Amino acid sequence: MEYVQEVLWILAKIVALILPLFGVVAYLTYAERKVLGWMHHRKGPNRIGFGGLLQPLADAGKMLMKEVMIPAQADKALFVLAPIMAFAPALAAWAVIPFGDGLVVADINVGLLYLLAMTSLGVYGFILAGWSANSKYSMLGAMRTGAQVVSYEIAMGFALVGVLMASGTMNLSDIVRAQEGPFWHWYWLPLFPIFLVYWIAAVAETNRAPFDVAEGESEIVAGYQVEYSGISFGIFFLAEYANMILIGALASVMFFGGWYSPFHGIPVIGPIFDLIPGPIWFIAKIAFFLFLYIWIRATFPRYRYDQIMRLGWKVLIPVTVVWLVVESIFVLTGFGPWF
Amino acid sequence: MSFMPDFALAAPEIWVAAMICIVLVADLFVPGKNSATSYYLTLLTLAVAAWLTIDAQWGAEAMTFSDMYIADSLGVVLKVAIYGLAALAFVYSRDSLIRNKLMMGEFFVLGLFAVLGMMVLSSANSLLTIYVGLEMFSLAMYALVAFNRNSGTSAEAALKYFVLGALSSGILLYGMSMVYGGTGSLDLGEIAAVAAADGDNILLLFGLAFLIVGVAFKFGAVPFHMWIPDVYQGAPTPVTLYLGTAPKVASVALFMRLIGDGLGAFADQWQTMLIVLVILSLAVGNIAALVQTNFKRLLAYSTVSHVGFILLGLMAGTEEGYAAGLFYAVTYGITAAGAFAMVMLLQRDGHEIGDISDLRGLFQRHGWSALVLLLLMFSMTGIPGTVGFYAKLLVIQAAVNVGHIWLAALAIVFSVIGGFYYLKVLKVAFFDKPEGELEMVAPGGYRAVLAGNGLAVLLLGLFPQALIAVCMAALA
Amino acid sequence: MQLIIFYVFAAVLLFAGAMVVSSRNPVHAAMFLVLAFFNGAALWLLAEAEFLGVALVLVYVGAVMVLFLFVVMMLDINVSSMRQGFARYLPIGIAVAAVMVLEMILVLGSDQINVVAATAGGETAVGSNIRAIGSVLYTVYLYPFELAAMILLLAIIAAILLTHRRRGGTKHQDPTAQAKVRAEDRVRLVQMQAVQRRQPSNNEAGAKE
Repeated sequence: MEYVQEVLWILAKIVALILPLFGVVAYLTYAERKVLGWMHHRKGPNRIGFGGLLQPLADAGKMLMKEVMIPAQADKALFVLAPIMAFAPALAAWAVIPFGDGLVVADINVGLLYLLAMTSLGVYGFILAGWSANSKYSMLGAMRTGAQVVSYEIAMGFALVGVLMASGTMNLSDIVRAQEGPFWHWYWLPLFPIFLVYWIAAVAETNRAPFDVAEGESEIVAGYQVEYSGISFGIFFLAEYANMILIGALASVMFFGGWYSPFHGIPVIGPIFDLIPGPIWFIAKIAFFLFLYIWIRATFPRYRYDQIMRLGWKVLIPVTVVWLVVESIFVLTGFGPWF
Repeated sequence: MSFMPDFALAAPEIWVAAMICIVLVADLFVPGKNSATSYYLTLLTLAVAAWLTIDAQWGAEAMTFSDMYIADSLGVVLKVAIYGLAALAFVYSRDSLIRNKLMMGEFFVLGLFAVLGMMVLSSANSLLTIYVGLEMFSLAMYALVAFNRNSGTSAEAALKYFVLGALSSGILLYGMSMVYGGTGSLDLGEIAAVAAADGDNILLLFGLAFLIVGVAFKFGAVPFHMWIPDVYQGAPTPVTLYLGTAPKVASVALFMRLIGDGLGAFADQWQTMLIVLVILSLAVGNIAALVQTNFKRLLAYSTVSHVGFILLGLMAGTEEGYAAGLFYAVTYGITAAGAFAMVMLLQRDGHEIGDISDLRGLFQRHGWSALVLLLLMFSMTGIPGTVGFYAKLLVIQAAVNVGHIWLAALAIVFSVIGGFYYLKVLKVAFFDKPEGELEMVAPGGYRAVLAGNGLAVLLLGLFPQALIAVCMAALA
Repeated sequence: MQLIIFYVFAAVLLFAGAMVVSSRNPVHAAMFLVLAFFNGAALWLLAEAEFLGVALVLVYVGAVMVLFLFVVMMLDINVSSMRQGFARYLPIGIAVAAVMVLEMILVLGSDQINVVAATAGGETAVGSNIRAIGSVLYTVYLYPFELAAMILLLAIIAAILLTHRRRGGTKHQDPTAQAKVRAEDRVRLVQMQAVQRRQPSNNEAGAKE
């Protein structure tokens, strides 16, 4: 009986996490279109609902009702499996993200590794989608995304090693606790180069502009998802945005003090800001990173494929390695309030 | 508890590892034709390593790195032999590489990696280090065999070597896992203690069978010799020269450490297995060599038969036998280096020596090189006056002393059969009519080294006592 | 309960392993291998070796198999020609395998076997086996660990040596050169006679400097 209760409790936590996530994904697409619109000096979606607020629902309804087509020459099993394989890791990774002190589905010791493992799994969905559709554009997109994700995973992994060295733990809640204090206690400051590398690698990992050659709508139509339609396309869409939110959450946890307010621990204003609960701060930080994603998309032109590879291997990886050495000196000397 | 290891004891390994990185970078940034900097740096590395090894480890009996590294006289002899043979291989390789436009600094880097792997193997005192050393040296060799990227045969040879090598590593690893399961330790000393206490531990025996198979693969003993002829023929000749010399010493190291040190208590069991390997290697190696027309392939099969002799010495399981096997491997390395160097010395009608018949008329054209060839072939046959005689004598003595008289007799019979094809090479070189163009392409330095190599075979044959004494001292 | 979970994962692992070998499509085979790795990782998690389990997923599934899939995807493997000679060698293969299995059963099944009970560390004081692994990696196992690093370096060099070749005709970018470029390298200012019948405008006059 106790066992059943425990399982039910875990299920409840999962549902409580995932349902809002779907809603956030839907409205993230709306936010993206709105923000892009403003940055382009236009209005963005504004027809359905007040200020276009119902637009995501309309889009979802449209996708659900469209026919799912499977190309005749496709590998049907993998073609159907691919979107699921892209989406599942994006959800599974959320299990270890702490929203507040103790507010986490699974508080495991190897949280950081688990996260890295899950983010690296998403690429299977993209590769299989590209291959199974039996289409040239799909295949090209799959090759691009495969090479890109595997390359940037290294830089991203090294960046996580930097955080690991600073905090001395792989448990995400403990990493946040290790940053307790006002915003200059957070790791973004001593690990600034690593933070930058992490962020660039994260944008590349999620195949977002300016590293979105895998989709490259102006050259290979839409890359690996060119043959997908209806809800199977929708799932890829969900996976991409869920991954963006995840990466934003990860950045907040590792470099921006998770659930702590930016003024935590400062004599007078600290307690005032602490009145706002931790999860709100956490969500606010995620929102900031999501905005950053959109901002970058609106600002930079797309990189060429070889430029992406060069940046990843010849710039980002060396930078992280060098900074890891610098950081180990910090750690040994107990530098600043961080180590 | 302090874990700080004694780094100074492992100075040779650390030095070589550091120099690998330096050669790699120097090759990239130091200007100069044909990677001359890398070449001289490599030779310097080996010379300094030899000095470091002798200085720090001769006569020592010490362990470091949590007992995973052992420094003793045996290791010194093995390592110095490996440096010497590797240096010889590098010296011989240079001209051929330049001539065939294969000269790249990576050749020396990979070669040094192989040396490092063999060094680790020679000083290993744990299953873990044995395996790591073996893999490092094998991996470097796979890459070297494929060194000529534009040659199909080179790629084919590399692939065969890689697949069979990986398979044998897997078998070896499986045997190691059994030994670990039976003893609960990776440390060779502890394994030996358990083996001595528990003489019929069936799990250890089971593992031993796999270990012997793995070792036989690395040696190239029949029936695990399939890769030898194809790899020797397909690889670029400088690589064949390297592959055919120093790794034989490393294989002896593998055997001594893994089987000799670790499972010496099971000598009765592994002697039986080795006898089978010895008989098959001698028979197949010698008989198959009789019908070869390609010179490199002939040398490959002759290697197989020589491996039979080395294993015959190791089979004895006595100090005398180990020393004989070690002596055989070292002297065979010197002789084989010269034999492969003959291939790179000459060109017939603008291409490298391939068939034995390409050597026809060598004596009339280039008398001294024919004489060197004579010395080398005599040594391989085991004719008195050359070092091959003493090598065979010691090995057979060791076998007789442990009571395997019929096995010794068999070895003698096969070495007589083996004499036939070595003499066939000499007959072609000395008595066949010279025709076509047989050109000596290697420069003067190369010829001097080759002449010295032939002379060494002669001198060691006349005065072998010093080297024998060293080999005996290593095992004392 | 744990036993049931173990058997479920073990069964799926074996099934996936069998499918890797028997699958006709190489991409399917690779995907079954991924499944097998997952189940292997799950078994490790059951044994409370969470670091090894997650590392298996991270390294093998996350990186190695992606590259593997990458290659396999581009191959056009003709399964029927690969299967040539399969039937011919089958009897020998089965015979050898049967002998091996029989020997192993005889040896490993005998009651003489005394596998030394592995003194697995299990829970350490901190309760995390990452810490336990980390504390021995650079102390007790320093030597093989560093050698493994050398092997990786060797593998990198060997792979680059065997595959990298500089081809002509590629349009490589040199960002350093691009960044260093100056106006004088691209634009050559020449002094020449102005057109006679028209008064030069201010702009053109400036360009002549």
